[in-house]
Amino acid sequence: MAETAIRIRAQMKDDVTEVKALMSHEMETGLRKDKKTGEVIPAWFIKDVVCEHNGKQVMVAHWGVAVSKNPYLSFKFKGAAKGDTVKVSWTDNKGGAATSEAKVE
Amino acid sequence: MKRRTFLKGTVASSMLGVAVSAGLLTPRMVLAAWPESAFGAKNVDDALNALLGSTSTSESSAIDIKAPDIAENGAVVPITVSTSMSGVESIAVLIKENPSPLACSYDLSANTEGFISCRVKMGKTSDLIAVVKSGGKLHSAKKTVKVTIGGCGG
Repeated sequence: MAETAIRIRAQMKDDVTEVKALMSHEMETGLRKDKKTGEVIPAWFIKDVVCEHNGKQVMVAHWGVAVSKNPYLSFKFKGAAKGDTVKVSWTDNKGGAATSEAKVE
Repeated sequence: MKRRTFLKGTVASSMLGVAVSAGLLTPRMVLAAWPESAFGAKNVDDALNALLGSTSTSESSAIDIKAPDIAENGAVVPITVSTSMSGVESIAVLIKENPSPLACSYDLSANTEGFISCRVKMGKTSDLIAVVKSGGKLHSAKKTVKVTIGGCGG
């Protein structure tokens, strides 16, 4: 489950590194009802995503239930070099977490 | 299917144990608290007040919102917010007609560009509003996205 929880690509062009991350998560809104039981399916969603470059935070995202299932995220930052490490970590509202790293290429 | 919901809950809570033992939850990162009241706000003004402390935004043509004019699937609407402004501190995405308009918020470091791409859920046709905080001021742009219900884009 955890190995493909986050797929990351970090590619550098000129001075700008573009990071693309794809995360596996239900992102349940808490507004849906189970069709068979009629019970509300509890909200289960990623709340915080922290992105680091060589150990320094470059971006922190706060998400609500309106972010789509299996979230995609892309952002750009400057000042990296090929081979540097980009790390993406998330925590959800039930205490779950995942983290993954990639090298800037 | 109560069992399925129960099992889902069990799996989720057991991840906590795994996460702690893997050292993922140790507080070595400085992380601003998740803005609970902003995400719970039921209209755009309340969300902006809770998140950014103000509703005074000025429309800016330097913010570009790329999103489909018509979203075939309201559950997955790809959006990209980009701006040529420098010194962007944060970008927030709000969906006016959603039950809770604030969809997501991004805090950017000094060397991070004003560019965010993600996918959001839209309940129905609505304005997508991007609020960019730069130079201590709030700038905004919006785009109307039509949401068709019923799949095949017809």
